[in-house]
Amino acid sequence: MIRREIFVRYDRCVGCHSCELACAISHTAARDLFGAILGGEKAQKLLWVDQVGPVKAPAVCRHCEDAPCVAVCPTGAMHRREDGLNLVNLPQCIGCWMCALACPFGAVSRGDGKAIKCDRECLDEEGVPACVRACPTGALVFKTVEEFEADRRREVVTSLK
Amino acid sequence: MTKQCKVSLDPAVCEMVEKARSAKVETVWDRYQAMLPQCGFGETGLCCRHCLQGPCRIDPFGGEPKLGICGATADVIVARGLDRAIAAGAASHSGHARHLAHTLKLAAKGKARDYTIKDKAKLRSVAARLGIPTEGRNIAEIALDVAEAALADFHEKDTPVMWAATTVTKKRARLFEEKGLLPKGIDYEVSDIMHRTHYGVDADPVNLLLGGLRCGVADLAGCYMGTDMADILFGTPQPVVTEANMGVLKADAVNVAVHGHNPVLSEVIVAVAKEMEAEAKAAGASGINVVGICCTGNEVLMRHGIPACTHSVSQEMALVTGALDAMVVDYQCIMPSLATVAECMGTKLITTMEIAKIPGAIHIEFSEEKAGEKAREILRLAIETFTRRRGKPVDIPPYKTKVVAGFSVEAIVKALSKLNAEDPLKPLIDQIAAGNIRGVCLFAGCNNVKVPQDQNFTAIARRLLKENVLVLATGCGAGALMRHGFMDPANVGELCGEGLKAVLTAIGEANGLGGPLPPVLHVGSCVDNSRAVALAVAVADRLGVDTDQLPVVASAAEAVAEKAVSIGTYAVALGLPTHVGVMLPVLGGPLVTKVLTDKVKELTGGYFIVDLDPESAAEKLLAAIDERRAALGLSVPGGGRR
Repeated sequence: MIRREIFVRYDRCVGCHSCELACAISHTAARDLFGAILGGEKAQKLLWVDQVGPVKAPAVCRHCEDAPCVAVCPTGAMHRREDGLNLVNLPQCIGCWMCALACPFGAVSRGDGKAIKCDRECLDEEGVPACVRACPTGALVFKTVEEFEADRRREVVTSLK
Repeated sequence: MTKQCKVSLDPAVCEMVEKARSAKVETVWDRYQAMLPQCGFGETGLCCRHCLQGPCRIDPFGGEPKLGICGATADVIVARGLDRAIAAGAASHSGHARHLAHTLKLAAKGKARDYTIKDKAKLRSVAARLGIPTEGRNIAEIALDVAEAALADFHEKDTPVMWAATTVTKKRARLFEEKGLLPKGIDYEVSDIMHRTHYGVDADPVNLLLGGLRCGVADLAGCYMGTDMADILFGTPQPVVTEANMGVLKADAVNVAVHGHNPVLSEVIVAVAKEMEAEAKAAGASGINVVGICCTGNEVLMRHGIPACTHSVSQEMALVTGALDAMVVDYQCIMPSLATVAECMGTKLITTMEIAKIPGAIHIEFSEEKAGEKAREILRLAIETFTRRRGKPVDIPPYKTKVVAGFSVEAIVKALSKLNAEDPLKPLIDQIAAGNIRGVCLFAGCNNVKVPQDQNFTAIARRLLKENVLVLATGCGAGALMRHGFMDPANVGELCGEGLKAVLTAIGEANGLGGPLPPVLHVGSCVDNSRAVALAVAVADRLGVDTDQLPVVASAAEAVAEKAVSIGTYAVALGLPTHVGVMLPVLGGPLVTKVLTDKVKELTGGYFIVDLDPESAAEKLLAAIDERRAALGLSVPGGGRR
């Protein structure tokens, strides 16, 4: 299976929070900004843009292949689905926050006393996540590891000129 | 078969979009696609860049951050942003008006020989309204006083803005005064908005909106003054027959488009073009074909029957035909992208105003003192461009519609006076009372790239006309309706309900037209929304009521410009239910949204209806009309008296 990941080109992040907003909207019932506001929905974003000094960076679940959050979950709520996504089965979650403790990226959040995280329930008709689609500078890209690394190599080669 | 596409209902535009695509010419629709998705903070009005501590963004869903760095709430940020849009709109309309006031002053002093006082009766009636003596005085003296009164209206003085205080009903003027909505000076109000929206000034969203409303009234003054000045200088429009859409271009003629808003230059171009016909013919052309785009186009269409080429969002498409030799622009709503498209198509883009230059265009600076000379220079350039284009293939879409336009208030009253010479408004009022005219709707504003071009205008107008609503249109809204046949009297039968059909026919026949007036009355450019105000005020005065009681509504169904926001604001200030067919950036402020769509009713009687769906918008406009009919004790279709 060709699996695409959300990669971050950190030098391009301008901290506009568009990814956060798009993520939140995609998880509303209306799936539309105006509709969600008019419907009085509370929206929950599942990725975060932080700034330390001059550095701005989005943090989003890496859907690790050997995921610490899955490994430490005592109830099996945090699990790895067949397609390789790490997801929370909410009824099983006891809110012990072991996953939050274990995640090296701070990508787990609290929603109604249970762990919530990026679930990729936000893909558009081309299968692209809402956060990536919303990024105006191309800081977020959705590619396979091979594609992303090939881009990287080409950048390095170009810089040698 | 007629061309169809997703971006526009106009087949001419669809053909040109396809040509642009195959020629790899980037258009507004390509750039819109590249811009998607648009920033949600901006869409909801929750982005503030008013100080250097920002930018600040508020979470539109009520999460963190809830406040700007200074502590401004979502409503404060939204209200400040809206106020600045209103101020920008007011500055633009009144900038146009001030320009014409200066022209009038020069003309009165004999310093601009290409300008005369064309409509002396209008000059006298404007002077009378302002309390300027006219008896026994010569025209130049009166004109100078009117021009100076206009210029005086821009700053704070002993009297309020006269173009606001004397143009609304007496009741409304009193209301404005009591509620602090009467502007002190047009520039004063624009400046006041800039002051109160500065870092750390007004932090009360309702107070901010009141300031915005007063600035909206100042915008009415700017628009009204723009109309008055243009009518005095260039004549008040009377019914005129012409055509609209890109089919008005002629392959064998020197095609010159005038685009922008101010008639100050285009009037002279139209006059000089006639003088230069021989020069064009000597260059092998059949003549000079001046066509209009946007409101400069509307100005010369209303006064001279200059055909309309296209409007608003499709302005690049006029260039894509390859048939334009020159596009002459003044200011407002001129997309900078025109320079690139013009270069691709071999058209000369000519900027003319000191405040509106575009890299890639040729700048020929206009001045009133040398207007004729500048117009000749521009047209010579167009003729020279034609000689290079001559014989090369062009793509002129074969679409045009008949347009009967020129419905100034004076023209409407004149037409009605054929039915009742003593009391011309009575037939109109009687027909409204009888229900043959259910109400009146004014369509105004632009075409927005977010809406398939003309979709909202045509859908709402179609519904309202069937329901016997008398439809007036200005600006690019008028452009939308004219290119779909809404200004061709032949379409009255198909478009209008029985009552309206009878009224339009009776007026048309009384005026010797041998048929009806067109389904939609073109009342002018976007400053000429003042004409609709003048008509509403005249009807209200005749009935002894105020404008907020009339079954009159407005719709900016595909609005773009900040000018549309300020027009909408004065429509609400006058008491009209006012529809906007695209989302205003206010939804992030729940209190602001509530005030604009509801609470403001308690103050002015007017309110905004924001609805992106044309069908339901039409229903809401009809409901608003019926509500007012019922309050006046008039019959309501289907429901009897409520």
